[in-house]
Amino acid sequence: MALLELKNVTKDFGAIRALNDVSFSVEPGQVVGLMGDNGAGKSTLVKIMSGIFQPTTGSLELDGKAAHIHSPGEARSLGIETVYQDLALADNLSAADNIFLGRELKRHIGPFRFLRRREMNARAVELFGELKSETRASDLVRSMSGGQRQAVAIARTRLADAKIILMDEPTAAISVRQVAEVLGLIHRLKDAGIAVILISHRMPDVFAVCERVIVMRRGTKVADKPISQTSPEEVTALITGARETA
Amino acid sequence: MMSDTVQGFSNVRRTRFWQKGFLASQSAYVLAALIVLIIIMALASPNFLTGGNIGNIVRNFSFIAIAALGMTLVIITGGIDLSVGSTMALTATVTSLTMVGLNGAGFHPFPGSALIISLAAGLGTAGLIGFLNGFAIAKLKLSPFVTTLGTLSIVRGLAYVTTYGRGTAPAGPDKELFLALTSGQIAGIPVGFVYLIAIALIMWTALNHTAWGRHVYAIGGNESAGRLTGVNVDRVKIQVYMLSALAAGFNGIIISGWLGSAPANLATAYELTIIAAAVIGGANLAGGVGGAAGAIIGCILIEVIRNGLVLARVDPYWQQTLVGCIIVAAVLVDRFRSLRNT
Ligand SMILES: Nc1ncnc2c1ncn2[C@@H]1O[C@H](COP(=O)(O)OP(=O)(O)OP(=O)(O)O)[C@@H](O)[C@H]1O
Ligand SMILES: [Mg+2]
Repeated sequence: MALLELKNVTKDFGAIRALNDVSFSVEPGQVVGLMGDNGAGKSTLVKIMSGIFQPTTGSLELDGKAAHIHSPGEARSLGIETVYQDLALADNLSAADNIFLGRELKRHIGPFRFLRRREMNARAVELFGELKSETRASDLVRSMSGGQRQAVAIARTRLADAKIILMDEPTAAISVRQVAEVLGLIHRLKDAGIAVILISHRMPDVFAVCERVIVMRRGTKVADKPISQTSPEEVTALITGARETA
Repeated sequence: MMSDTVQGFSNVRRTRFWQKGFLASQSAYVLAALIVLIIIMALASPNFLTGGNIGNIVRNFSFIAIAALGMTLVIITGGIDLSVGSTMALTATVTSLTMVGLNGAGFHPFPGSALIISLAAGLGTAGLIGFLNGFAIAKLKLSPFVTTLGTLSIVRGLAYVTTYGRGTAPAGPDKELFLALTSGQIAGIPVGFVYLIAIALIMWTALNHTAWGRHVYAIGGNESAGRLTGVNVDRVKIQVYMLSALAAGFNGIIISGWLGSAPANLATAYELTIIAAAVIGGANLAGGVGGAAGAIIGCILIEVIRNGLVLARVDPYWQQTLVGCIIVAAVLVDRFRSLRNT
């Protein structure tokens, strides 16, 4: 049974049709690449799956049941975690604060709930260790490099037991070494049975970790194939429109 | 400790204690300036450090400091509340009118009952003003500046309308209790100052040790990030405007206790001093930065300067000019400091 299924999803922003009748499904533990030119509708698709946008028409199913996801919090409680393209970090807070934003660890004292700062910091340090990232949990995000910021956004998805992680260009601003770490992480997620949708403009990344690739062009899905049956040249042709469909 | 060692990155140093936290904030610089100023004043004028004068200073800054705490919360979320002066007046007016009304109706089942009902009516009014501000800003997406500029005028108008422009004075069997609770002293300390310290401690704890506090800062830092991570942005925004109005209203009641009456023009234009105090104390109008200690430091600085000018027999009209210079100086220093650090 498919973990997540999109059925005929269309999304309009006023006169712009950002998504046009898109359908696909993701199996548990599957790593799917999502590619397409700028403005093809990749981020819009992610935001529909993470509860920020509602489809204009069409529907979502999670574990075979119709899912109406109205907010990012709801998506998370259903096991959908997201790394947003703009990372969604508050610059004035520390890395640990950002990781736990919206789901802080709390201690009850009488009617009050106070932050468990020490535990949150320790967990953040642990997560950065897992990601092999040189990021300090107590540093403000404002003073961080692009790669460190990306590590914070990725670490956030590892807090809870996710079923599927949506990554919108997680390797856009990071070094070769860190790209390898992120790809390694995706392999480990897959081994743990967690599905990943990876959006990337980098062909080698997609071909290194994904078992399937979906290509979008101007809001329409133009290809959905196993990686073994395609090639970077074909995908490039599909993205640019040199080839209509696969 | 793991978090302090950055393996393989010899160019990344540990952040020194003076480079982070309170000591690196504008509040700390302003506090240093305040201490220097107090020393200069003490040397220049023998009257400055006398008990009576310190009492004056403490009372005067308590007049605006509680409202400045509420204002700081709003400013941290990236908003502004121009309606605080008017809210002070209307809250004091409603409290006083309710006392007068209950007295006229002879309603006084037990000692303190009239006072409790009057305070509830006054603070309820303040809470409602704050709720309306917050609702318009969070849900209807109106700009904080325009919304609260509107309520500034509406609420001031209501204070005049309800008292025919004359204002009111608290009356009835609970009047003495009212005066004791607003303008009395505890162990020689003005009660207003005691309230201020208690509220500041609560605010400090809420901002630094609760999830709510993290959300207030996150909204000021990156509102959309807050939304994406599941923070209930609209609710927190409504809450900070309500807290700002309640703080202002409470401050208004205290002032009316000191004055013994609630004139309709009470606290006119106080919003400017209150915003100035918050900004001098380190709250950043762009959002995301500020704190309880800073707001109080800003209030004290303004009052010490005012007091010093009086003692030095400087024309009181210079006060405003000087406060303006200090606002600009405080943000300039902060600007240079952040330029150096980045
Ligand atoms: N909130 C919005 N309001 C109006 N139009 C939008 C909105 N979000 C996206 N669009 C439009 O939808 C289309 C698809 O945008 P989307 O961000 O999904 O592209 P993308 O494939 O992620 O591109 P990129 O590679 O540049 O990130 C674009 O034409 C964009 O202008
Ligand atoms: Mg995008």
